[in-house]
Amino acid sequence: MKIAIASGKGGTGKTLVSTNLFYSISKQNIKNCFLVDCDAEEPNDMIFFKGKVEKTFDVNQKVPVINESKCTYCGKCHEFCNYNAIFILPSAKIIKVIEDLCHGCGACSVACKFDAISEKEVSLGTISRFYFNKSSTIVEAKMKIGVMSPVPVIKAAVKETGNEGIIILDSPPGTSCPFIQTVATADYVILVTEPTPFGLSDLKQSVDTLKTMNKPCGVIINRSGLGGNEIYDYLNQCNIPILMEIPFDKEIASHYSKGELFVKYKKEWEQHFISMFNSIVEKYGNSSN
Amino acid sequence: MEIAVISGKGGTGKSSISAAFATLSDKVILADCDVDAANLYILFNPTHEEEQIYIGGQKAIIDYSKCYNCGLCVSYCRFDAISFVNSKVTISEVSCDGCKLCSRICPANAISMVNSDKSLMYTGTFRNGKMVYGRLAPGEENSGKLVNMVRDKAKTIAEAENIETIIIDGPPGIGCPVISTITGVEHVVIVTEPSMSGLNDLQRTIEICSKFNLTTWVIINKCDLNPEISNKIQEFCLSHNINFLCRLPFDPEVVKAMINKKTIPEYMPDYEINKLLKNALNIIMNYGR
Repeated sequence: MKIAIASGKGGTGKTLVSTNLFYSISKQNIKNCFLVDCDAEEPNDMIFFKGKVEKTFDVNQKVPVINESKCTYCGKCHEFCNYNAIFILPSAKIIKVIEDLCHGCGACSVACKFDAISEKEVSLGTISRFYFNKSSTIVEAKMKIGVMSPVPVIKAAVKETGNEGIIILDSPPGTSCPFIQTVATADYVILVTEPTPFGLSDLKQSVDTLKTMNKPCGVIINRSGLGGNEIYDYLNQCNIPILMEIPFDKEIASHYSKGELFVKYKKEWEQHFISMFNSIVEKYGNSSN
Repeated sequence: MEIAVISGKGGTGKSSISAAFATLSDKVILADCDVDAANLYILFNPTHEEEQIYIGGQKAIIDYSKCYNCGLCVSYCRFDAISFVNSKVTISEVSCDGCKLCSRICPANAISMVNSDKSLMYTGTFRNGKMVYGRLAPGEENSGKLVNMVRDKAKTIAEAENIETIIIDGPPGIGCPVISTITGVEHVVIVTEPSMSGLNDLQRTIEICSKFNLTTWVIINKCDLNPEISNKIQEFCLSHNINFLCRLPFDPEVVKAMINKKTIPEYMPDYEINKLLKNALNIIMNYGR
């Protein structure tokens, strides 16, 4: 079963929930438990764990290389490229691949009738797999700085789990491509929000998006007590369950800031996470991906 | 002059600080480039003067009256977006990257491309100038193109209205939309928070800024949540030749300001935090003069 932890707004506590939830359930006897850090632009989950690296590998993308001795400057590759990644000036016999714009779709190779295009691999980022305990593993997706999209790295990280067991996906913020890619495979989505106007606005956007995807979701309100009541009215109206409320607490904030899991210090929370997890599994654990 | 406020990590207070800057100056143009979670319109309730459609990309669709299920497109697609579902060729909208290769090679001409045209850019007037903001439709690729469109519009209005300052509220992360936000601006202000995650993300964000040789400033928000890490961040800035701007204390009143749809200078003009912000903006404005 895959559970995605997501939020429209950044910094609401996705990583706080993902790491503390994973730690709490990893102590239960669950076979194959994974935490996947899909926030590939800024992965932070490993700050909270000590784990031995089991393996690391690059995620690559193909980009074209043009053999100018064979190229006739016909412009067919430029015409086939839907990303404007090939620049051509036939009169001056200039042709250039703009690698930053290339998505690696291979259309240019198909277009070229003169066998002038070959491909090379460029790295988009790395996947690291960490041993946590004998049944629990953490997978981290880390995008290389300057890369166009984190999506290929996220896909590779989710694939690395083998799609079996309990998989917690720490999603990137927002509702664009990287978020969709992460939650698309999930059986259930936990949205983490905060009771502020910004939090509410972004929550609404996430809820609407999940509705169109037919994904069941519940909400964790983080830093409750710090904001207003509008969020409760909204959730009530939409019939979305509040799975948990984490109060605004300087102690929790301080543990988080130091890279510590607060469930280790406030033991009762470990039980809260386990109960929440159990009720989600009970209700949604049998649905297929 | 463009001043871009970014953060790397989400939820550090970036939008509250850009909103403060926007009401501390004389008339400004405010560009909300966090197009995946645009929030500043909530505080400023701008008038609705102009709306422009942004075409984000394309998606492939199959005309089943023409498709004879040969599966050629399945073998050509590099995004795992086309597969046989119940022995029928099916395109996954989520995975489709819009490269158009399937449409080009289809022997039955059964695949066409449709534009993603649900994203919008708005222009309006708010209480301290003009505002431009983009709203990316859910699931769209945040390639930075909409960010560029918002910035171009902001610059055009600035020239027409003879307004000197453009405040840009940027997106979180370090990907393409961030690069589009900061390329060519006069000042980048990074808002961070004193946590291990904040520090980790700050380092990746600074790496991006130094790639583009930008005048970069750092603000530590909620500095008293962990004074030790605040010191670490300040030291990091000094040793990397990054201009350290100021520390802002944590104050629950800031959340109250937001709930009352006011900025910090409007809601709490006499608070220490407002004086610090005023001073910070002055330092930036007078830099190099």
